[in-house]
Amino acid sequence: MATATEVTTTTSELSLATGVIRQYDYWATVTKRTWRASVVSSFLSPIFYVVAMGVLLGGFIEGDPDQLEGATSYLAFIVPGLVAAHAMQTAVGETTYPVMGMFKWHKTYEGMAATPLEPRHLAGAHLAFVAFRLATTCGVFMLVLVPFGLFATWWGPILAYLSQILVGMTFATLVYGLSCRMQRETGFGVLFRLGVFPLFLFSGAFFPVSNLGDVGAALARLTPLWHGVNLSRMFAIDNVDWGVAAINVAVLVAMTAWGWHWSVTGITKRLIT
Amino acid sequence: MPKASAAWLGSDLVSESMIHARGLRKSFGDFEAVKGIDIDVRRGEAFGFLGPNGAGKSSTMRMIAAVSPVTGGELRILGMDPDTEGPAIRGRLGVCPQEDTLDNELNVRDNLYIYGRYFGIPKAEVNARTDELLEFVSLTEKAKSRVEDLSGGMKRRLTIARSLVNQPDLLLLDEPTTGLDPQARHTLWDKLFRLKQAGVTLVITTHYMDEAEQLCDRLVVMDKGVIVAEGSPLDLIRTHSTREVAELRFGVGEHDAVAEKIADLGDRVEVLPDRLLVYTEDGEAVIAKVHERGLEPIAVLVRRSTLEDVFLRLTGRTLVD
Repeated sequence: MATATEVTTTTSELSLATGVIRQYDYWATVTKRTWRASVVSSFLSPIFYVVAMGVLLGGFIEGDPDQLEGATSYLAFIVPGLVAAHAMQTAVGETTYPVMGMFKWHKTYEGMAATPLEPRHLAGAHLAFVAFRLATTCGVFMLVLVPFGLFATWWGPILAYLSQILVGMTFATLVYGLSCRMQRETGFGVLFRLGVFPLFLFSGAFFPVSNLGDVGAALARLTPLWHGVNLSRMFAIDNVDWGVAAINVAVLVAMTAWGWHWSVTGITKRLIT
Repeated sequence: MPKASAAWLGSDLVSESMIHARGLRKSFGDFEAVKGIDIDVRRGEAFGFLGPNGAGKSSTMRMIAAVSPVTGGELRILGMDPDTEGPAIRGRLGVCPQEDTLDNELNVRDNLYIYGRYFGIPKAEVNARTDELLEFVSLTEKAKSRVEDLSGGMKRRLTIARSLVNQPDLLLLDEPTTGLDPQARHTLWDKLFRLKQAGVTLVITTHYMDEAEQLCDRLVVMDKGVIVAEGSPLDLIRTHSTREVAELRFGVGEHDAVAEKIADLGDRVEVLPDRLLVYTEDGEAVIAKVHERGLEPIAVLVRRSTLEDVFLRLTGRTLVD
């Protein structure tokens, strides 16, 4: 048996990075187990969306840049918004039932909390995994779009991609914190029907929010998804209003920061009782 | 793994007082689960919390495991304060929870390996320990099996192996054999006994008196959040019960009436729903006198007093309701 000199296990107060890295093997194993299923959602669904909504439905819509926030075709208009909306759906999917499962059905978090890891490390690693999922799923989506010739510059799509990850993380942190506070999974149905689905439809992914009228447009611009959609589109079609972009980024960063705090307090209350 | 002695226990990181509690309390809102208890667990001891469900055992264990803030009183684990040194304490504890928290979708080996990584143990080291631990809990052949394909007893052994992956100074076992069949319980007791012999300090909660008698050097009996007795199993039995117990079963509804007629035959007579217990130094003599009085029990049994009797005496209730 090894000598008792493992002082690594007796250091109090791990840094966030150390605590997260210690869970790398766990999340790598989860990834190996689930990547096949996620290929469908990250590769095939984007193609379906782009073909059905952008190409086939978009064929009936006149590509007037004045009507489409500067986009030269409906396809070019809808696609950047769709990727941002897809980021939201991926983030919400990864932070609802899987989080409930870690608390309630598999009690994985309970086992983890019995080690030197603290709740903030568990939230950090879980959300890092969501960021990885967002990076791959949005990355694949964006690569699929390259042959369609929609991107105006080489750097625009990169900034659009980063915006998609950012808006995804805004939703990930907000919903993670909510899931930590939910005792039963029934609330997720309400969240999807009354939260995610209306946001998906009315946050500017499919049509300019100005079509909603003054009040509707003002409401839509309050949603985190609109900020992500707007950033993603402005960068992708190279029609950037840098002042608006700065506001969009500031709103998403602020909401993500608040979401992180909400997540850490949520998991701490749930596990440390 | 633990052969003659667990080598890591020689470390001077290990203090003599493993757990020290004075006036320890835990409340959840208005409900007071633990109402001021004093505990001292010394190094190398097997210490038990015996009590029925809701006695405050699990709440106490969670405070000791440094995952539940102390409401009041003083608590030191391995000489450290769980409020401020939780991660350091948890790094030196092994925790075997009441409900398995294994990852069902991982295989047996990965469950140990990944858990070891949470403690920051280097990969090569955790690999070596994983092999030793699988051997110790007789699961080497199941290393590649998925956890969900294991029997209840195997899962529990794996949980114990997992709780040993950081070579803990103190092993906490919350109801370790609840829900297991008798054979699996005995296999598990054997493993725990080996750990105890290797010098690992064990803290066990149980509502099974046979488990407490088998494993614990010393125990406290808890009821409704307080400690009602403390000592070795034998001391507790000697202090709070008689040498023997005569169990008598009569027809349904007759027990109260019969109890009055034989009240003078023992130190004490307890009426349970299905039988009478007569506490005495000589059980056979009691049964002979019962027959002399013309009473005809359906079944009789003479046995030694157990912790169950101690519990009944102290609380007026049985352990398993």
